Amino acid sequence: MAHFDFQMPVTEEQVRKLRVNDTVTLYGTLYGIRDATQIHMFDRGRKTRFDLNGHAVIHTAPNVRRVDKTDAAPCGYAPICIGTTTSDRMERFTRPLMSECGVRIIIGKGGLREGSLTAFKEIGGVYLAVIGGAAALETTWIEVIEDVDLDDLNPESLWRFRVKGFGPLLVSMDSHGESLYTQVNKAAREKRAAALASLGVKR
Amino acid sequence: MLFAACANGRSSVSVRSLLNGVQMKVDLKQVEDACKELYIRALKLLPPDIKQGFERLDRDETDATAKAVLGTMIRNIAVAEDTRNLLCQDTGIPIYNVAIGAGVEVPGHELKQAIVRGCERATREHPIRSSVVHPLTRVNQHTSSGRLVPVINIDFVPDADTLSIEMIPKGSGSENNSWLKMAIPAEGVDAIKTFVIDCVLDAGGKTCPPTIVGVGIGGTADLCIHLSKVAATRPLGSRCADPEGAKLEPELSRAVNELGVGPQGLGGDSTSFAVHVETAATHITMNPVAVNMQCHSARRARATFTPRGLEYGF
Repeated sequence: MAHFDFQMPVTEEQVRKLRVNDTVTLYGTLYGIRDATQIHMFDRGRKTRFDLNGHAVIHTAPNVRRVDKTDAAPCGYAPICIGTTTSDRMERFTRPLMSECGVRIIIGKGGLREGSLTAFKEIGGVYLAVIGGAAALETTWIEVIEDVDLDDLNPESLWRFRVKGFGPLLVSMDSHGESLYTQVNKAAREKRAAALASLGVKR
Repeated sequence: MLFAACANGRSSVSVRSLLNGVQMKVDLKQVEDACKELYIRALKLLPPDIKQGFERLDRDETDATAKAVLGTMIRNIAVAEDTRNLLCQDTGIPIYNVAIGAGVEVPGHELKQAIVRGCERATREHPIRSSVVHPLTRVNQHTSSGRLVPVINIDFVPDADTLSIEMIPKGSGSENNSWLKMAIPAEGVDAIKTFVIDCVLDAGGKTCPPTIVGVGIGGTADLCIHLSKVAATRPLGSRCADPEGAKLEPELSRAVNELGVGPQGLGGDSTSFAVHVETAATHITMNPVAVNMQCHSARRARATFTPRGLEYGF
């Protein structure tokens, strides 16, 4: 279990060094992406002007406030509360995010499935667990909302955040075929029979 | 000043003495203001019973990763209070549960309109993220409202002079994990217990555990699901009013926490704060069971109107 500080963006070599149970803290740029963002990008062919190559995306739709454009709010949005959402709904977008946009790191809660794990292994990527429902804390890791694209989808726009030590985040799916979610799920299902027996369930 | 109303304690409610049994008339502007305040309070202040639940889980947890995850969640509660920020980014689907006392005079339709206005004002005036869209067009009105939303449940209670409004911002991570099984009588209670265990396994980390697992048993399909939501959003430490349902709660709570799903589905002892059960009579041919979960950000807030004034709580 090692800790890594990543100045974003990163290379394939950097993410391939990560193993499950390692921790990572991000510095610099972090992109926010959500269901509607990816439906529009990958199902409806919309393009973003952002270069996501080598970057991390967090599954999020933030609470923001519209403000005058200043250095502290260069695109006219100030953060209120920024956290994460359940990643599982966005499972089918992992591969296009990586192969078409060059994304290396996906951040969210609850994990992704086998298809994503395969993409991480083939292309070189990882999933980092951030704690769902801990958004007040995670908001303190965000310096500024630098830019926004596809903002007609607000709050499911494509957001560009500047972060100051976003983490530590747990490597819960790596590029070597390991997933903590698969491990925990398998172990939990092995305990199903004992749990039912303890409840007196006969068949 | 978000908590000004709380600090001031009480405000005026017009009282009419006992004419036709009416003991309190409700000021709808005050209801609207309270419904705005309730949404924001619910998003920022976790109820004491949930905080105590966290302390209990943290004390008993044996897994190192789970302990770290719980520590982050507990820290987040303090950060939210210190920075007066929302606990979670998910502002949820707003639900208002209204209990109208026997001696309360209030025009029903106008009451519902006041609740909707309060919900919309919270969204615009704080502001908070509107998480509500049309189900087909996916258009967001940025008001946290739309067709039949906020959800408003109205009940009538014997307390003569009390109007109570409970606000629950129901997060989607947990709501997306909702299940109904129309089991049959021959499958018995075993079908109910098996279903609960399998739902917790299916949910894994998607529901933002540790959760409150709400189990509805009996009724019609829709009543059964409604009961599961009532169970999932009940305070920790409360028991099912039906002794037969109450008997199931501790044994199901123990069993789901033996599965090792853990906080955020990353493994550990703390899968759920508790399993809560609600029951209703059902048909001779039916044995329905529903499961609805509440995430660890188990938020709720309450406003109580009496002739003595308005008080906020949980």
